[in-house]
Amino acid sequence: MTDAVLSPGADSVATGDTVPPAAPRVARPADQPAARRTAQPAPATRAGNFSLQRGLQALREEMDAPVAAFFSSCVHCGLCATACPFFVETGDPKYTPIYKLEPMRILWERELTLWGRLKAAVGLGKQVTDEMLAEWEPLLYDSCTMCGRCSMVCPVGNDIQYMIRKAREGQVASGHAPEGLIAASVRAVRTGSPMGLKWKTLDVQIKHVETATGLTVPIDQQGADYLVLLSSMEIINFPEYLEAITKIFAHAGVSWTLSEQCFEATNAGVQIGSKDIAATLVQRVVDAAERLDVKHVISPECGHAYTAIRWEGPNAIKRAYPFQVFHIIEVLDQLRAEGRIKTQGKETDRLSMHDPCNLARKSGVIQQQRDLMDLIADDFVDLKEHGRLQWCCGAGGGVSSNERAAALKMAAFKRKKAQIEAVEPDRMVTMCATCRTQLEEGLEELTMDIPVVGLTELIADHLVMPEPPPAAEEARS
Amino acid sequence: MIASLEMTSMDFLMWTKGPLFQLALTVFALGMLVRLMEIFMLGREHNYALPRGSAVAGGLRTLYRRFYTDAGTFKSAPFDVVVGTLWHIGFIVALLLFIPHVELIKATFGIAWPALPNPVVDAITVITLLGLLAALVHRLLHPVKRFLSTHEDYVIWAVTFLPVLTGYLAYHRIINPYPLALGLHILTAEIFLVVLPFTKLTHIFTAWVARYYNGATFGRKGVQS
Amino acid sequence: MASPHPESPAGRLAPPLRLQSKPLRQPQPEPSLGEILRRNGVSRRGFLKFCAATATLMALPPSMVPAIAAALETARRPSVIWLSFQECTGCTESLTRSVSPTVENLILDTISLDYHHTLQAAAGEAAEHAREEAMNANQGQYILVVDGSLPGPDANPGYSTIAGISNYEMLMDTVKGAAAVVAVGTCAAFGGLPKADPNPSGAVAVQDLVKDKPVINVSGCPPLPMVITGVLAQFLTFGKLPELDEYRRPLAFFGQAIHDRCYRRPFYDKGLFAESFDDKGAKAGWCLYRLGCKGPMAYNACATMKWNSGASWPIESGAPCLGCSEPNFWDAGGFYDALSVPPGRPGEALLTAGALGAALGAAAGALGRRKVKTAGLAHQAVTADQLEQQL
Repeated sequence: MTDAVLSPGADSVATGDTVPPAAPRVARPADQPAARRTAQPAPATRAGNFSLQRGLQALREEMDAPVAAFFSSCVHCGLCATACPFFVETGDPKYTPIYKLEPMRILWERELTLWGRLKAAVGLGKQVTDEMLAEWEPLLYDSCTMCGRCSMVCPVGNDIQYMIRKAREGQVASGHAPEGLIAASVRAVRTGSPMGLKWKTLDVQIKHVETATGLTVPIDQQGADYLVLLSSMEIINFPEYLEAITKIFAHAGVSWTLSEQCFEATNAGVQIGSKDIAATLVQRVVDAAERLDVKHVISPECGHAYTAIRWEGPNAIKRAYPFQVFHIIEVLDQLRAEGRIKTQGKETDRLSMHDPCNLARKSGVIQQQRDLMDLIADDFVDLKEHGRLQWCCGAGGGVSSNERAAALKMAAFKRKKAQIEAVEPDRMVTMCATCRTQLEEGLEELTMDIPVVGLTELIADHLVMPEPPPAAEEARS
Repeated sequence: MIASLEMTSMDFLMWTKGPLFQLALTVFALGMLVRLMEIFMLGREHNYALPRGSAVAGGLRTLYRRFYTDAGTFKSAPFDVVVGTLWHIGFIVALLLFIPHVELIKATFGIAWPALPNPVVDAITVITLLGLLAALVHRLLHPVKRFLSTHEDYVIWAVTFLPVLTGYLAYHRIINPYPLALGLHILTAEIFLVVLPFTKLTHIFTAWVARYYNGATFGRKGVQS
Repeated sequence: MASPHPESPAGRLAPPLRLQSKPLRQPQPEPSLGEILRRNGVSRRGFLKFCAATATLMALPPSMVPAIAAALETARRPSVIWLSFQECTGCTESLTRSVSPTVENLILDTISLDYHHTLQAAAGEAAEHAREEAMNANQGQYILVVDGSLPGPDANPGYSTIAGISNYEMLMDTVKGAAAVVAVGTCAAFGGLPKADPNPSGAVAVQDLVKDKPVINVSGCPPLPMVITGVLAQFLTFGKLPELDEYRRPLAFFGQAIHDRCYRRPFYDKGLFAESFDDKGAKAGWCLYRLGCKGPMAYNACATMKWNSGASWPIESGAPCLGCSEPNFWDAGGFYDALSVPPGRPGEALLTAGALGAALGAAAGALGRRKVKTAGLAHQAVTADQLEQQL
């Protein structure tokens, strides 16, 4: 609070009314930076010391040249709405992507344009209120997966998704983030997993995999080439993944390891929109990777975990990594290209693929999964709009952790469903646990009998495997 | 001039062509440079993530790539794409390729380029006017557009429409005397220039900046946006 | 505006001057205009042809031709006092330099030009005496023709005097007894070249000073001779002011733009333009718009009546129209700049303002950036503890 009061932002008209009259306006931060950093928080307006001022300060921090260029350029053409599954499937104009940024736009105009400042000086122009941030909370969280499709379509080039991510910082700091995401963030920081999963749960699974495959799952192997991360959802819902990579890496002779210190790849901080929480969680991955001195870190079949570690992580901790980050699909494709993956047989049923937004549109991994499909599928058909223009499943960006958004999540899925119906596949393949869960639940709810499989498992199923060592045979029997 | 407060059509033309034009250009240049500098001065945070592709190449690519509409968007909003493209092109052609405008630019900035024959510009102007009218009707009827639209949207529509309309009327000598017609055209163009930096008409310039940033962000990640 | 309005204010304001009803010169009855013309060898056919042309110019139906002829037949010589102020004598030259005698200048001959210091033989005090005599003899009846602008009442009168009398004094004195004033030429009508920026002599137009008498402007630099005589012919015919436009010019002659009657107009419509005075387009006679032709905004009869007995006119000889019949044509930008080109150097204003805007924007942007940075420095890290309190 005190920070906000002392900062120049606080003496703007936007927040002036709520500044305590006794606030020492002469004590500007430029004069007393030390005092500002050590200032004791003033009484909070909301539990956890969150307040409108803090929210506005957080929003101010997020303003940069692209944001200013984007807001300067929007002409309200509404084309972003046609790119958004939440609008397309509900028809409600309030889900128009750019509209979700209205509070941020108002703050920008009022404080960072000369014109807006002049208007504010004579008492004109809108101001961001706490009520407004409360009203926008569902728009920013429940009806947006940050899939970035609108950013691809906007004729003036506005990267709307980029701004949604920033706007969420303001929501968190003002205390207007959804409970489900707050809970996930707290669990992630406290337990290391947004689902509260502990190492011992994973350990049981590791033992199971080792038993089933006769292979060893390496743990804390110093100097391994690859540190493998997992997502809690995979561990719980799709244990096949760990088994699959164990097999594939053994097959290809990859040096890899898990870290007991940090196995979780997902990042609730990125989803809720808190760079502080994000940095805390990314730091754990970096610490583990640096301690084990690995050359590469592999993000699992999870979309946002990949973007969190690959793209946002270095900026959250404000330094470049001494290792490289890959999505498992990138690693598999690289092994394929090097001829280190030998497969036999092909799937003969009709397979189609869902590109996770975070992997394809937001990270440029598009061709890799198709090259891998060529290895193992006879009858592969792409959805009509795929790759950089694929449609989101409706569950990303924290929507799946936000119970309040359940109905909207399912509404948005209808777009995906329509896409799937158009190509009539027997099964869907994907490479993100969140997408996979959403596809499974959605298809089941809509009574479509189309199983969903992970691409890594599919590859593992077709490996030409050496005879298992006798020890494993014994163990199995 | 006629020793009264009344302004003759020639006074009006001289006023719009002379002092008012200077004023409009001044406000426009000042305002637009302020807007652009305000954007650029905010800067971007250093990006520590290892790039997959070139940000610069991606940014430059998106500058022109956004002129193409993907098939899906075209299918869901054909009116926007067709009419929007049509009147934007029409407006730019009429602005930059009409002979009197080329002469004006040549005299003002010392650069010139070939112009289009008057009947061609005339036909394009008609298309532009119809396109703008259709765009207005669409804005009033389309649920998303109507929902998003503020007063400013309608103001900038009018400010864009009027110079085209008055230009058409002046060219066809529908308003008499001609100095009045030409003066009205120049006046509406000046209103456009003055209003531009303070409204979303800034997109004429900032859209390029926006496209660059968009393309650079995605290009860095190896995505063609 | 393209055709005269019978009910236009200018028309209604005009007082009916029944010039021919009362003989203007007493005591000897003067021969009528018809008699004079016949005496000078103008055939009946030639006379009717002129009447028909006059009717056309005044936008009257052909049925009015006999009426015009009859009126002109019997018209008497009106007294005309011609004052020349700050002018170049071009207007007088235009009137008098006809290749051969025409009906127009014969009509001019028939007017009683009682004072015209370029044309009259008398000089000095005798000349001024002639003016006073004419004024006294025709009090309230004479037509005052003025060419040239004059220093206004607030200007130094010494810029232009005649016989020690300032132009202003002479005009105001002479206009008192005039029936109407005809300002001939752009200087008299609008100020003209003497008024060009910075207007050192404080030149003003006749209509700026004459408020209580009808003023007709016959603009042009110089005006077409037939327009001058045509206006006078209309006086003689109808005894009242012609239909006027917003600049008090006779609509019959100034109702249409040069551009609208220009024989090169089809080239404009097709987009065929000469781009220099000796290029292919210039040789082919294409439109002169890009060479600065002001035809679109110039209202005059040159395109239809032409000059030098219909021999040619500026555009026909390859020169762009300067728009000399229009107020301010002298300050409206370069004669060879296209009509769309503004006067002055707006490009410089643009650069200056742009530089200023960049500086101002940099300052405003720096403030904004400071605001963002300050917010960053004041950042309160979001912690799991804080978040937990919300649950």
